[in-house]
Amino acid sequence: MAEPKPDLDTLPLKAQASALDFYYGDFQALKKIDMPIYEKRVTALIGPSGCGKSTFLRCFNRMHDLYPGNRYVGEISLHPDNVNLLDKSVDPIEVRMRLSMVFQKPNPFPKTIFENVAYGLRVRGVNRRAILEEKVEEALRAAALWNEVKDRLQDMAFNLSGGQQQRLCIARALATEPEILLFDEPTSALDPIATASIEELITELKQRVTILIVTHNMQQAARVSDFTAYMYIGELVEFGWTDDIFIKPKNPQTEAYITGRFG
Amino acid sequence: MSANRLSHRASRHVKERIIESILFLAALVSVATTLGIVYILVKESVVFFNQVPLWDFLTDTQWTPLFDDAHFGIIVLLSGTLVSSGVALAVAIPLGTLIAIYLSEFASARAREFAKPVLELLSGVPTIIYGYFALLFLTPLLQKLIPGLPGFNLLSAGIVMGIMIVPYVASISEDAMRAVPMSLREGSYAMGATRLQTALKVVFPGALSGIAAAYILGISRAVGETMILAVAAGMQPNLTWNPTESAATITAFIVQVALGDLPHGSVGYQTIFAAGLTLMLLTLVFNVLGHMMRRRFREQY
Amino acid sequence: MKQSPRSLRSLPPRGHVSTFGRPGGTDMARMARKDIGEIRGIIARAKRLDVIFGVAGLLALGLGLLTFATLFVDMALDGYSRLTPDFFTEFPSRRAERAGILSAWVGTTLVMLVTACVAVPLGVAAGIYLEEYAPRNWVTDIIEINIANLAGVPSIIYGLLALGLFVYEFSLGQSILTAGLTLALLILPVVIVATREAIRSIPSHIREGAYALGATKWQVVQHHILPYSMGGIMTGVIIGMARAIGETAPIITIGALTFIAFLPASPVTGTFPFLSFEWLQSPFTVMPIQIFNWTSRPDPNFHANAAAAGFVLVLMTLTMNGLAIWLRYRIRRNIKW
Repeated sequence: MAEPKPDLDTLPLKAQASALDFYYGDFQALKKIDMPIYEKRVTALIGPSGCGKSTFLRCFNRMHDLYPGNRYVGEISLHPDNVNLLDKSVDPIEVRMRLSMVFQKPNPFPKTIFENVAYGLRVRGVNRRAILEEKVEEALRAAALWNEVKDRLQDMAFNLSGGQQQRLCIARALATEPEILLFDEPTSALDPIATASIEELITELKQRVTILIVTHNMQQAARVSDFTAYMYIGELVEFGWTDDIFIKPKNPQTEAYITGRFG
Repeated sequence: MSANRLSHRASRHVKERIIESILFLAALVSVATTLGIVYILVKESVVFFNQVPLWDFLTDTQWTPLFDDAHFGIIVLLSGTLVSSGVALAVAIPLGTLIAIYLSEFASARAREFAKPVLELLSGVPTIIYGYFALLFLTPLLQKLIPGLPGFNLLSAGIVMGIMIVPYVASISEDAMRAVPMSLREGSYAMGATRLQTALKVVFPGALSGIAAAYILGISRAVGETMILAVAAGMQPNLTWNPTESAATITAFIVQVALGDLPHGSVGYQTIFAAGLTLMLLTLVFNVLGHMMRRRFREQY
Repeated sequence: MKQSPRSLRSLPPRGHVSTFGRPGGTDMARMARKDIGEIRGIIARAKRLDVIFGVAGLLALGLGLLTFATLFVDMALDGYSRLTPDFFTEFPSRRAERAGILSAWVGTTLVMLVTACVAVPLGVAAGIYLEEYAPRNWVTDIIEINIANLAGVPSIIYGLLALGLFVYEFSLGQSILTAGLTLALLILPVVIVATREAIRSIPSHIREGAYALGATKWQVVQHHILPYSMGGIMTGVIIGMARAIGETAPIITIGALTFIAFLPASPVTGTFPFLSFEWLQSPFTVMPIQIFNWTSRPDPNFHANAAAAGFVLVLMTLTMNGLAIWLRYRIRRNIKW
């Protein structure tokens, strides 16, 4: 991020939230969010608890559809197709196949390491052993886990350490070659060493995929992201290059949060 | 003043100790019950096995304890018990699992709130009622489908017994599946899986030991069930593996003997305790196994 | 307050073909290098299976309910003609049309009275001990494992226990007392487990509040634990009693007679002390035994009697279980600690 920043207008866009409102029943959790997601960049969402950053993230792969009473207004368009992900005619299952997600707590399935990574492919009907093996290895390498587990792919995933489990979940998400990777506070349940390895991984992964990450750790946002969005009670307060947000925020509220005066 | 207080405390202490002892004794009643069961079963069985060699009990292929030419091959009663339990499980496991998956993963919260108590009501129906139903409703129906089916048969009793334990199997399995953390489901849905894929590939394996416990406890109930079999499967000892025949189970035999008036202390009287001991050991194995599975499952999450 | 993001680059050209929502898109999605159309096919198939399974689950549930409805209706139809007031006031008879369930329901009532009087105090006391008093040691462990295992012992085994112990060793005979004690032991685990669950749901700050005021353990139990857990305990007691009322096997095993054309001595007498316990030693019959007896007869006329009595018994157990479920629902709704 030391090199001169390119002009935003020249950056390819991967997704764009426009006038996005979200409701849990009667409670409005997101208010008129307008925000771009640039291709092959890391965008961090920060803000105090309850500001709606996770809610916003979960809109992208329609996780809110799983629970009754949730409602989206507005749109998130995915490029280059320029299709609204939130449209009723769009199948949430197809959306989730194209956008992968890594959760706050590592949530490996009660299966072997191999089957965990192969899960997304199996869901897509891929059952050829050779293809699965190739894809699983590729994903585990990309998640920097291959060397640690290559000799015990048939072990249960529960036997891995917390940091390994989270990298396994990242491999699982990568195996299906998603267009956007969504991270929901991926290191909040991990120790500092595991956190460092996940952060390193995220910076590497942006060569391959667009990343959107929710974090409550501002240092983390500063370390891994190209762009940062600061949210507060359901609104997007400020969005910009991470350097700009952290060094010279435009909004006094952002500055107060960044400098630790509130939040 | 201070002495007065001390004495007050002492009397209070005594009263508390007495109450605690009474409560402890009440808790011991359950232990006494188990000891009583073991004592009675073993005591009468010892007398029985003094007259009937254990080897004959285990290997003889005839069960005619009340005849002059008495034979005591428990395998005869065991076959009835196993066949009827097998039929019951063939009904209860698929139905119970299907209902459990449906309630846990597919049904809305409202549907679940309605269905769970109804299932509970179902499991509260006395087994004698199920026996009536098997003998006088299901058997005539089955006789139309299977010509030559006798009025007493293991099939009809087994099916109804299966229906009886469906709520039990469904309820424990559902509890096990609901205990699988939501984060696992979300992980699966986030990969683009459907409900069924999530249910079968993530939730079911995740709850496997809990579901296995449900099956095993279901088996234990089937093995120990009495009235449905005594009413609908007949009380004729019959070494068979064919569910369309009539055969007595261990439990039905005990009922048959109890209905007659065997003198206290006769071999016939002791037979039912030997049969009871067999039954007790059989269900004990399943219960211990089931509880171990359940505990293992609880530790998992 | 809210700062709009800076003007961004314009959206892609309008003419761009979307791969979403329309089949046969480009390989833009690159999903495992599979064609998007193929993926859609797979999703459609998976969703079809989803629907099929959902319907199957609903059918399974329906089948269970249907069986129950059939059972209920079948009994009602078979027994309808016999459900007259006389049916409740007549003794059993060798002639089906004249037989009734008087001795059966009186016997059931008296046996249940004994069962409740024994099982409730014992079960509640044991539950209180295990939750509030028991130290964490091997004795407690044994008691707990023991209760879990007792709950799984087949009911007929309790019958054998009663036959060997109560009937012969204690010489209580084939009496109401024996039957009541047997069923009390049978439902003891149910009452204990319900008591423990009810007590466990009382948050510890309630206890601490009382202890902080200098209450002794028993005072805490008496003034707080018992009153607050009463609803939950009642639920367990009712469920246990509903189970006891339908139990047949243990009662048959103790050798209870099936043809009883008289009533036990009345518990209330006209002379001092106005109470009599003679009925405890009386021979008896109960509802499920009467049903078993009538069902086992070859004469179909008696089957109608069995159906009528069965209908009454099912109604009794359903009412009790329904009451328990409703009670539990109310407790859950009303109590917010």
